[in-house]
Amino acid sequence: MNYFKIIINGIVKENPTFVLLLGMCPTLGTTSSALNGMMMGLATMCVLIVSNFLISLVKKLVPDMVRIPSYIVIIASLVTMLQMCIKAYAPEIDKSLGLFIPLIVVNCIILGRAESFAAKNNPLASIFDGIGIGLGFTCGLTILGSVREILGTGSIFGFNVYSENYGMLLFVLAPGAFLALGYLIAIFNKLKKA
Amino acid sequence: MEKLKSSLTNMLAVLTVIAVIAGGALAMVNSVTAPQIEKINAKNLADGIKAVMGSDDVQVAEPVEIEGYTSYKVSDAQGNALGCAVTSSTNGFGGDLKVLVGFDNEGNILGYTILQTSETPGLGAKADSWFQKGQKGDIIGMNPGKGNFTVSKDGGDVDAITASTITSRAFLLAVKNAYDNVIAAQMDGTSSASAQKKHCDKNEECGDCKEGCCGNECDKHEGCGDCKKACKDGGCNKKCDKLEAKCCEGMNK
Repeated sequence: MNYFKIIINGIVKENPTFVLLLGMCPTLGTTSSALNGMMMGLATMCVLIVSNFLISLVKKLVPDMVRIPSYIVIIASLVTMLQMCIKAYAPEIDKSLGLFIPLIVVNCIILGRAESFAAKNNPLASIFDGIGIGLGFTCGLTILGSVREILGTGSIFGFNVYSENYGMLLFVLAPGAFLALGYLIAIFNKLKKA
Repeated sequence: MEKLKSSLTNMLAVLTVIAVIAGGALAMVNSVTAPQIEKINAKNLADGIKAVMGSDDVQVAEPVEIEGYTSYKVSDAQGNALGCAVTSSTNGFGGDLKVLVGFDNEGNILGYTILQTSETPGLGAKADSWFQKGQKGDIIGMNPGKGNFTVSKDGGDVDAITASTITSRAFLLAVKNAYDNVIAAQMDGTSSASAQKKHCDKNEECGDCKEGCCGNECDKHEGCGDCKKACKDGGCNKKCDKLEAKCCEGMNK
């Protein structure tokens, strides 16, 4: 299988945010700014790559009936390790995303890719799938975060574009997340058809 | 290689092995990161204390727990008392709002920092800069025991964050609580107690009385603290005895 194709597949054809519509909780919850969205995407990508790899390694050893608990234990352990590392070495990220990191455990993208890809393919391909889907998720979250930040507070990645006083606060709040996501999905679908 | 069958022994064995490996890996990572995390927490606190006391060269005494508030006595390098840094938390708009406030020896606010917040981004989350020196809701240098330490909407002296009155109220309450429970209690025990008493002796105005309520003088009259509360509730005149009612009258003006 062409590894490059797997990555493109994750970013475009099976983009988790805009096409599969998986992992909506962190998508809506963490994208109040572009940087938060990107960090959340990258954290998820780290877990996804390693979990895909490990699950693909042990797929033959895990009996079918206990595969979900086994996968969850693996994913949960990885997320917990990631959280400890972030707390220890990147306290700034911990401050803004601390609450959402443990929720990566129940992010359906990760279990979904374990089930639909890693359990059926070899470890190397699974790593590339993790990279592809992870990048797709990161892009989705970063774009959504940028749109919300620029409309809501008038800045992007913390750089001021126009005065904050003209920002539409709605977009920083939860309803803005739904609105922005809806329009972005519409645009993405239009572009994909063209 | 064939896939393992879902027999009971297989399932038990696999789950056990996975759990043991996962547990081992977690313990390993934890042992590496735990000291680092502790160091960061300690550093954050030390930095916070330095920031709120407005001085880099400080000695921090062992923390004292007072009714849920943690108080750190701070002195400068020569050992002169600078004041106190107090942690205090209240319910904000989106969850717990935990602040660290620095007071000088007279109880004036030297600085504050927000330790934990789940306020709305773009609105209430602005609290970490809004009340700083030179900002619109500047509280630095104010003394929560004097004047009206509430938002202007409630008749106070502090401008609330635009569109975030609840967060502002919660923040000011946290600071006021820290003052009332730790700083005011400390001052009662020291020289400033006499100053407070003086307030009470000559008090005609309720503002002074309110302050005096915390002092020794008012302890003679039972329930002066209740009076303060009753004044706020507006039910004072009925409930309180003469002296308290008088206190309240002034307050209600």
